Amino acid sequence: MPVKTPIYLDHNATTPLDPRVLAAMMPYLTEHFGNPASRSHSFGWKAEEAVEAARAQVATLLGAAAKDIVFTSGATESDNLAIKGVAQMYRQKGNHIITALTEHKAVIDSCKHLASEGFEITWLSPDANGQVHPDQVAGAITDKTILVTIMAANNEIGTINPIAGIGEVARKRGVFFHTDATQAVGKIPIDVDAMNIDLLSLSAHKMYGPKGVGALYVRRRNPRVRLTCQIDGGGHEGGMRSGTLNAPGIVGLGAACELCRAEMATEGPRLTALRDRLASAILSRIEHTRLNGHPTQRVPNTANISMAYVEGESLMMKISDIAVSTGSACSSASLEPSYVLRAIGVPDELAHSSLRISLGRWTTQDEIDYTVDRLVKAVKDLRDLSPLYEMAMAKNK
Amino acid sequence: MPQYSQKTMDLFMNPKNVGSLDEASPRVGTGVSGSAVCGDVMKVQIEIGDDRRIADAKFKTFGCGAAIAASSLATEWLKGKTLDEAATLDNQTIADDLQLPPVKIHCSVLAHEAVLAAIDDWKTKNGLPVAPREKADTHEGHCAG
Ligand SMILES: Cc1ncc(COP(=O)(O)O)c(C=O)c1O
Ligand code: FES
Repeated sequence: MPVKTPIYLDHNATTPLDPRVLAAMMPYLTEHFGNPASRSHSFGWKAEEAVEAARAQVATLLGAAAKDIVFTSGATESDNLAIKGVAQMYRQKGNHIITALTEHKAVIDSCKHLASEGFEITWLSPDANGQVHPDQVAGAITDKTILVTIMAANNEIGTINPIAGIGEVARKRGVFFHTDATQAVGKIPIDVDAMNIDLLSLSAHKMYGPKGVGALYVRRRNPRVRLTCQIDGGGHEGGMRSGTLNAPGIVGLGAACELCRAEMATEGPRLTALRDRLASAILSRIEHTRLNGHPTQRVPNTANISMAYVEGESLMMKISDIAVSTGSACSSASLEPSYVLRAIGVPDELAHSSLRISLGRWTTQDEIDYTVDRLVKAVKDLRDLSPLYEMAMAKNK
Repeated sequence: MPQYSQKTMDLFMNPKNVGSLDEASPRVGTGVSGSAVCGDVMKVQIEIGDDRRIADAKFKTFGCGAAIAASSLATEWLKGKTLDEAATLDNQTIADDLQLPPVKIHCSVLAHEAVLAAIDDWKTKNGLPVAPREKADTHEGHCAG
């Protein structure tokens, strides 16, 4: 069956809005336009009711209490609020923060910002599969440590960190644990209590919700986490994040969480099967390829594969009716290869040759099979053009 | 990936002069620029005819779409030129012709360097003096390797 193109396989960058989420949002973009903070009339009450229902939906997905959810503009803001908010609030207690080299820029740059203000940052190195281990965290904690921030799942390689173990270590030592779970929430089960998570960032647009809205889970009990707010103003969200709430966006985030929760048990295995079909077809049909990231501890939708001797940007151009992304320097604004692949020890040549293929809710088997066929042909064509391939083949003769 | 011009896309999809010439032949000069660590390697080969003109030019490129298009354009331009003419190849002309965005200028520099290296290689092989050449640093700047 011919597939409809272009095909979108870049869901770790952003996801399409689920029509059911849009339907839930629509009334709050139109007739129920009130400000949730307006306490004096029904327009405000209606909006507030919807925001609180969404808060409960987000909390339920995380095993959290509704009042522990703070709405933000997305995961970047949540990361900034969590990291800078803890650092500033607990500066008297200590100035040491533990994180990892493979974190998202929102975490890395927040930590670098704090370093410029005199905080000590420990940058843990993940193993070759991309995982940071609890004993590494334990070994790095000092009596000055106030925060451990380690992502739940990596956006480029999909590797899932042992966050329950890391949470346990942090809790035992009395250190707060923040996790950027933007790529994990809705894909794999998360329970903030069972995993000893104190702060957690998430974003709606990675889970079939709208762009520009996210949340930060902030534990209020056992232990209570206090934050220095980063946006001053009217004191919304318990004083942690001022600004009129984005009611339609928040309703969308709530609906998106609810759908992910309801469908995770079927959607997870479906995506895993498709993703594995894709990866094993590429690895078996194309020589000199390798999978980057953890072989099994990986979110269901992500495959990051290096196809040696072929540069990633040119490969994406060859398959221009399929949207994916690459760790090659040629396609980055900085002209640097992926720092994530570097951090897990992938040689630069292979980072330039990497493709991240991330599947989603509407990805079909036909699309996967089509993508593999296109890739097989594109890699062959580009290898015919590649001096590196020619040299490698000459050497092997 | 930037939005490339139609010409860049066309040359990328259907590059001319892809292939290799016999590196051992005294008629052939081979030049390589870039490095795999930086994500781009370009190999240009020229064959010099009895009339001392470039009878054939071939390339192989590992790199972005702009690099491949630039290689195709440069090798096509080389054909029929004398070595002196070939040495006047200007990377800015390639960049302008392909309407490359600023971040992709170094891909045209790469083509320029490979061509000059191929000329030098042929001269060396044929016992002619080779003027020392400063390596353009545009490319080094791009690669933190
Ligand atoms: C792991 C991770 N953290 C943070 C972000 C930033 O999220 P947002 O776009 O909502 O600011 C992203 C998305 O790019 C991500 O993948
Ligand atoms: S070869 Fe790397 S950007 Fe052109």
